[in-house]
Amino acid sequence: MNPFSLQHIKHTQDINGLSTEDGAKYIAGGTNLIDLMKLQVETPSQLVNLSQWEDEQSITENDDYFRIGAMVTNTALANYAYHQPSLSLLSQALLSGATVQLRNRATTGGNLLQRTRCYYFYDTTKACNKRQPGSGCAALTSMNRIHAILGTSDDCIATHPSDMAVAMMALDAQVSLTSKTGEVRNIPLRDFYCVPSTTPHIENVLKDDEVITAVIIPKQRHGTQYYRKVRDRSSYAFALVSVGAGLVLKNDTIEKLTLSFGGVGTKPWYPASAIRVLTGATFSEEVLDLAIDAELADAKVYGSNNFKPDLLRNTFKSVMHSLYEHQRENGDHEGALYEN
Amino acid sequence: MSTLIVNEETYPLPEDPRTTLLDFLHQHLSMFGAKKGCDHGQCGACTVLLDGERINACLVFAFQLEGKSVTTIEGIAKKTNDSDAKLHPLQKAFVERDAFQCGYCTSGQICSGVALLGELAAKNPSAVTCSADYSQKEDISERMSGNLCRCGAYPNIVDAIEDVIALEPQ
Ligand SMILES: Cc1cc2nc3c(=O)[nH]c(=O)nc-3n(C[C@H](O)[C@H](O)[C@H](O)COP(=O)(O)OP(=O)(O)OC[C@H]3O[C@@H](n4cnc5c(N)ncnc54)[C@H](O)[C@@H]3O)c2cc1C
Ligand code: SF4
Ligand code: FES
Ligand code: FES
Repeated sequence: MNPFSLQHIKHTQDINGLSTEDGAKYIAGGTNLIDLMKLQVETPSQLVNLSQWEDEQSITENDDYFRIGAMVTNTALANYAYHQPSLSLLSQALLSGATVQLRNRATTGGNLLQRTRCYYFYDTTKACNKRQPGSGCAALTSMNRIHAILGTSDDCIATHPSDMAVAMMALDAQVSLTSKTGEVRNIPLRDFYCVPSTTPHIENVLKDDEVITAVIIPKQRHGTQYYRKVRDRSSYAFALVSVGAGLVLKNDTIEKLTLSFGGVGTKPWYPASAIRVLTGATFSEEVLDLAIDAELADAKVYGSNNFKPDLLRNTFKSVMHSLYEHQRENGDHEGALYEN
Repeated sequence: MSTLIVNEETYPLPEDPRTTLLDFLHQHLSMFGAKKGCDHGQCGACTVLLDGERINACLVFAFQLEGKSVTTIEGIAKKTNDSDAKLHPLQKAFVERDAFQCGYCTSGQICSGVALLGELAAKNPSAVTCSADYSQKEDISERMSGNLCRCGAYPNIVDAIEDVIALEPQ
């Protein structure tokens, strides 16, 4: 590991006085950054230690929204969200990710900014435009079983690995950013991530002088909710495909649909086309097919991931059927649908 | 001076900030109970407790834990006055159930299991307790899934944990 210098912040305003170098990085839990530093994928010359950042270690709420500090751990957030019917999807997503050991360290801010799990990004002997712009993309023509089918480009097909972000995307979350000059901006999570296009190394709209301070989730009814994660082993693995959904049904009409996909997009995927087809529609097998057809219209497969469109379609439909049946039997139900 | 508490003793933080907690335990304190398996958060062999919560010692720098308290497998057995170590009930259950084969992953498994008992007492949810047909064995497996054991002693590990849960009803 390359040597680095160290700075610490205790309060949000401390970022103002930091004299950071060009290669500086924040370190929150460290569960992703340290991993990448050991492999020389990340080589920061300076770390800003957030461990003592007291201001953003808690969750607060008012009548309109929940505010989750950037340093709230995945465990603390999962435990909290478990007791909030309108956030139960988030609890399920978090509990499906990593392991208790990792979730105890992983933070809200760090989870949103974790890097892809693309094998070639991790292997510094392979070409990767995200790690080294302009060097090529080894994944396009090699093992791309875990790679994306939506939002891809000829320069990068890596998926975003976070489960938490998929749930937050469905729940209409905003990311709160604070700059060194104290300026605050709230960005809808749906606009926070960038697709790779010709610049896969630019992954989000965070500016150099900004830090994530919190995530804000509006209080809304999402009906019956479900986070379903399909993966190679039943625990301790990233999603091949995941579907986060919430359904409010009125008679047989889809009054409100909350939806997002993981494991298939170069960013946590917000399926605007599918939601458009379904909202206000009468629930049926046909309309589900129409919706997922619309979303998959631009999907591209790369060889080893040819199974993903079908897997996404089937997972999506199975989730929707489960939610539909539960809403029909339990009128105004709000909360998680748990897997049997 | 910046310090870190390990098994109730206070130590100065290492000078080189690149030192992970696991390397600090091994190279500075000569405590080899926590094992280095993968060194990347993928096996759980390095599991220790941080203020009672389990974490992977390989994915945290010592400086991140300034002022905090770490318990390793060496500190799980409570010291008695005559400096004889008294085994934790879960350690006894591991012995009784023969819940280890080569033993390499055992210290991580025990640290993880000790934290798990606390998590159950606190009624923390897991991906399985969300389930309609809750089954304790399945839930223990899920909660212990951060610890891999190459020789597959899992059934005995789960049995040992169940024994202790039965001892101290949650
Ligand atoms: C074996 C393994 C399995 C895993 N499985 C899953 C899984 O199934 N699902 C899943 O979603 N995740 C999984 N993870 C990933 C894990 O969730 C992330 O590593 C974790 O959430 C990152 O959080 P952290 O606080 O440790 O981030 P760090 O490693 O500290 O930081 C990550 C990045 O975020 C930046 N950063 C952190 N905080 C801020 C901030 N406030 N403002 C600006 N920048 C910031 C850092 O500079 C760094 O670039 C797994 C990880 C491992 C090691
Ligand atoms: S898919 Fe993206 S991250 Fe993976 S090798 Fe290609 S450019 Fe790199
Ligand atoms: S050595 Fe830390 S998890 Fe494998
Ligand atoms: S006892 Fe040998 S690896 Fe677990």
